[in-house]
Amino acid sequence: MLLRAVLAYALLLAFTLVFIAPVLFMIIGSLKPDELVLAEAGSLRAFLPESVSPDNYRAVFERVPFGAYLLSSLIVNGLIVGLGLLVNAFAGYALARLRWWGREAMLGLVLAVLVIPFEAIAIPLFYQLSWLGWRDDWLVQAIPFVANPLAIFLFYSFFLGLPRELEEAARVDGAGVLRTFFLVVLPNAKAAFASVAIVLFLFHWGMYLWPLLMTTSEGVRPLPLGIANFYTLPPLQWGDIMAFGVLMVLPVLILFVVFQRWFVRGVASTGVKG
Amino acid sequence: MHRARFTEAPAAWLLMTPALVGLMLFLLLPFALAVVLSFTNLRMASPLPLEFVGLANYTLAFQETALPRALLNNLLFALVVVPAQTALGLALAVLLDRPLRGRTVFRTLFFLPVVFPLSLIAVVWVLIFAPGPDGLLNAALGVLSFGLWEPRDFLNDPHWALPAVMLTSIWQGVGFQMIVLLAGLQAIPRQLYEAAAVDGAGRWRQFLHVTLPGLRNPLIFVVIVTTILSFRVFDQVRIMTRGGPQDASNTVIHEMVRTAFDQGHVAMGAAMSVVFFVVILGIALAQRRLLRQRGEVS
Repeated sequence: MLLRAVLAYALLLAFTLVFIAPVLFMIIGSLKPDELVLAEAGSLRAFLPESVSPDNYRAVFERVPFGAYLLSSLIVNGLIVGLGLLVNAFAGYALARLRWWGREAMLGLVLAVLVIPFEAIAIPLFYQLSWLGWRDDWLVQAIPFVANPLAIFLFYSFFLGLPRELEEAARVDGAGVLRTFFLVVLPNAKAAFASVAIVLFLFHWGMYLWPLLMTTSEGVRPLPLGIANFYTLPPLQWGDIMAFGVLMVLPVLILFVVFQRWFVRGVASTGVKG
Repeated sequence: MHRARFTEAPAAWLLMTPALVGLMLFLLLPFALAVVLSFTNLRMASPLPLEFVGLANYTLAFQETALPRALLNNLLFALVVVPAQTALGLALAVLLDRPLRGRTVFRTLFFLPVVFPLSLIAVVWVLIFAPGPDGLLNAALGVLSFGLWEPRDFLNDPHWALPAVMLTSIWQGVGFQMIVLLAGLQAIPRQLYEAAAVDGAGRWRQFLHVTLPGLRNPLIFVVIVTTILSFRVFDQVRIMTRGGPQDASNTVIHEMVRTAFDQGHVAMGAAMSVVFFVVILGIALAQRRLLRQRGEVS
């Protein structure tokens, strides 16, 4: 029994090393002089810096508009998650709970479009929106992703499993559908909202292809595009790039550590329902 | 209750409309457009009048672009990454599915790369794959092989570029598989294991006869999702190798973006989108079949 536990720990620690090494490498690299990041990558020095300085972090803000990238990412993701929760919860609720002509057809539609991956429509969507002259702003990065078939489906499944009694009580008291939704259903659906929020956020925080196609001004470009551009911006300064990376994941990391339970639950929920 | 049927319809449409408009405008319409455009000669900034060219884009895409090579690469990617990532995810999930001190910490660490943007991971791994004996991976392999490893330029080597992208993707995505499978493991009733133990089944036979059947659904799910993701690979390729060298690490989406945007051949890019969609649809239909079979059994 003891042997088994020791073995399990040994394996887990070996895996930990594999998972943590690139992350540590990035953090340590961000604190080292640029020329040493690559030069010391092959030795243990990669993980044990001789001296530590915040110079690279200063350089990130001086060389690229990091603040603007961060702001763009926050605004675009705020819009996608905020509007997405509302719009998709509405649809999920109508599909799960209300009786109306067209419900079956709409449910079929949602399930059918679940199969269309974004990459398959990126090019025509780019053209469609360019014809309208709509590109290169925050909204064009967010609005197309608000209505999300997976989010609708997750809400739909959740609302199906919610006990009906509360809603019926509210309806008997004379509340309409919308009133019931906001006052009775919403407060009881916090778990679903948290899970869907996490899923939407995870899917879109790293979005790269769409902003690559749709944006040209640095002022509206998000962080993933920022780091890809920074990496091609001469002179190649690895320390600066690593510092950019650390700054870029910091917000996600904080969210992740604080809401870890919800991340795990949100990701697992996509699997259980799938 | 009878009256409710009539009073609920307006509210239902009100709730449904924002999502419906979004799905129509930003999913169905562009999808239809992809199909239509793929039969035209549309190019970026082209003076030629728009006309229908039949299947020309499809035949040309297969004959004159890197699409066949890209499809093959995606297939190889799926054949390596899906089994490797699933096996590793399962191993991690099984290791963590026990009362263990520090369980949450391990789970957090293994899941960490999933929350990192792929673009960032790609850039960090470019540095890890750096050529010469000073590269992190080259140096690590040198130490592990007691100096027998010949340092190489992974990302510029036709034999190593695609495996390098695969390795990066496995590292990034395995935490997702682990979390889904861990949730699946925890849903298997403990009594099943106890019953198996009473019947004299050892650990290995319990794994084969209780764990694996109990994980059937989550396993199918992660395999399908990872297969689909294997055909969607773009970010890592764009940043790490740009599809090179000589298309050795090119993928369908990368070739599509290159054709449509870098070369301005929009119609052919649209044709590639349609080919890509057909592949994804095939995988999704296979999933539906697999899941339905299970429904018949139980």
